[in-house]
Amino acid sequence: MACEREAGLAYGYSIARLIREGMRGHRGWEPAWRDARLAPAYDAVIVGGGGHGLAAAYYLRKNHGVDRVAVIERGWLGGGNTGRNTTVIRSNYFFPQSAAFYDFSLKLYEELSRELNYNIMFSRRGMWSLAHDRHGVDMLVRSANAMRINGIDAELCDGTEVLRRIPGLSPRRFPILAGLNQPRGGTARHDAVAWGYARAASRLGVDIVQNCEVTGFVIERGRVRGLRTTKGDVRTEAVGLATAGLTSVLAAKAGLRLPITSYALQAFVSEPVKPCLDTVVLSPATGTYLSQSDKGELVIGAGLDHFVSYAQRGSLPWMERAAAGVAELFPAFSRLRFLRQWAGTVDVVADSTPILGSTPVAGLYLDCGWGTGGFKAIPAGGWCLAHVLATGASHPLAQAFSLDRFTTGALIDEAAASGIEH
Amino acid sequence: MLEIRCPFCGPRPECEFRYGGESHIVRPGPHDEVDAEAWAHYLYHRSNPRGLHKERWLHWAGCRSWFNIVRDTADHAVHAVYPMGAAAPDDLGKDSAG
Repeated sequence: MACEREAGLAYGYSIARLIREGMRGHRGWEPAWRDARLAPAYDAVIVGGGGHGLAAAYYLRKNHGVDRVAVIERGWLGGGNTGRNTTVIRSNYFFPQSAAFYDFSLKLYEELSRELNYNIMFSRRGMWSLAHDRHGVDMLVRSANAMRINGIDAELCDGTEVLRRIPGLSPRRFPILAGLNQPRGGTARHDAVAWGYARAASRLGVDIVQNCEVTGFVIERGRVRGLRTTKGDVRTEAVGLATAGLTSVLAAKAGLRLPITSYALQAFVSEPVKPCLDTVVLSPATGTYLSQSDKGELVIGAGLDHFVSYAQRGSLPWMERAAAGVAELFPAFSRLRFLRQWAGTVDVVADSTPILGSTPVAGLYLDCGWGTGGFKAIPAGGWCLAHVLATGASHPLAQAFSLDRFTTGALIDEAAASGIEH
Repeated sequence: MLEIRCPFCGPRPECEFRYGGESHIVRPGPHDEVDAEAWAHYLYHRSNPRGLHKERWLHWAGCRSWFNIVRDTADHAVHAVYPMGAAAPDDLGKDSAG
């Protein structure tokens, strides 16, 4: 890839380039990625142009040197859950398998801006979980112990210290008895993650095809031979589904029934204000969590509508509950208004642990089951999906995340262990 | 917000109800003859369609009765309401297995 290195000087993003283009009236910028045409055959095709799919395509080229790789996307890049989350990155999980995987993801995030030559605005601002009663304190102590055993940074503080550390936090009805901080946690710019991976993958030769919907699979004797799409048929022996909430619908076209239920996850932003909150705060008892974006909006996460939904619609009950939670924790924010609302279709499984690996159809691989926490997993999910697509074998970090755990019973029940939704 | 027509109390807002999951999932048996695959399908695997879905709801803050509905998961429109134990209406919900 000698030409890549040469191109790096001319097309990379840097302060020198910014100054040079500024002097020329910004007329020299090229599109960040090629809008490719679908070729008749590929070595690997990834369905879903969100963070996970684009990351997988990038690592397929970079780590495994797979030649012809395509990402096909029904809508536009990063328009699904990658554009519909609350951008929190953390690895405060309970079980060793989850902690190892999500911490690898966090470490990739820390280096990602440099790796992709694209500023993903990773902000290591810490992430606090709050306890408002004795049982909440017990959960936090248990969680802190598990994190430390797993080698994850954890800082357990009493209520006075929490109030001193988090500006504006001043609850009236629910006293804060303790808080657990993961200092290495934080946030990143969600669109930049998708665009950065898309740009880097495109420059390594990956075909990114938007507005292309998969309508069916070509399967011969239990093996994938190709895909049918709205832009024509494609021959390939390796297909990765990185389609979040729509994975059940796609897998059904390949004759599979999955242990997934799709729900709408609700989130909101307030009108933008001056910087006032420098961390992420999660309060399971009030059913809400929030952080402040670089634009100044408070990014407020709520919960799931507990019925199957693909509608990506808002929910008044959750809006009320999230607003009540925020106003309780931060009385000063009660005067802010909601600016926007959105919902993402999330793929929830019984144990809140991803499904990452092979399926009963040979050559068809899954990267799903992320539930409400797929954003933080993007680099590692892409890394492990690329590994299984290139080698046919599960990556060591993803071996416990196989589909057959629902038959063998080897569930990793993060849902019950952490006591918070993800 | 959904408006759900409870067969006993009439139309009420979503927050009075609790969702009870997909309808017509039958426990396999006898238990000592059921293999792990069948248990997995009973416990975890769901049709999860984008389209018509047969599901159970409880009028939790009302008459506290269970009932079934057929609802479109793409636009939340409720197409039928029918009692527990009854078969789904013939003319609706045929594609809900997909």
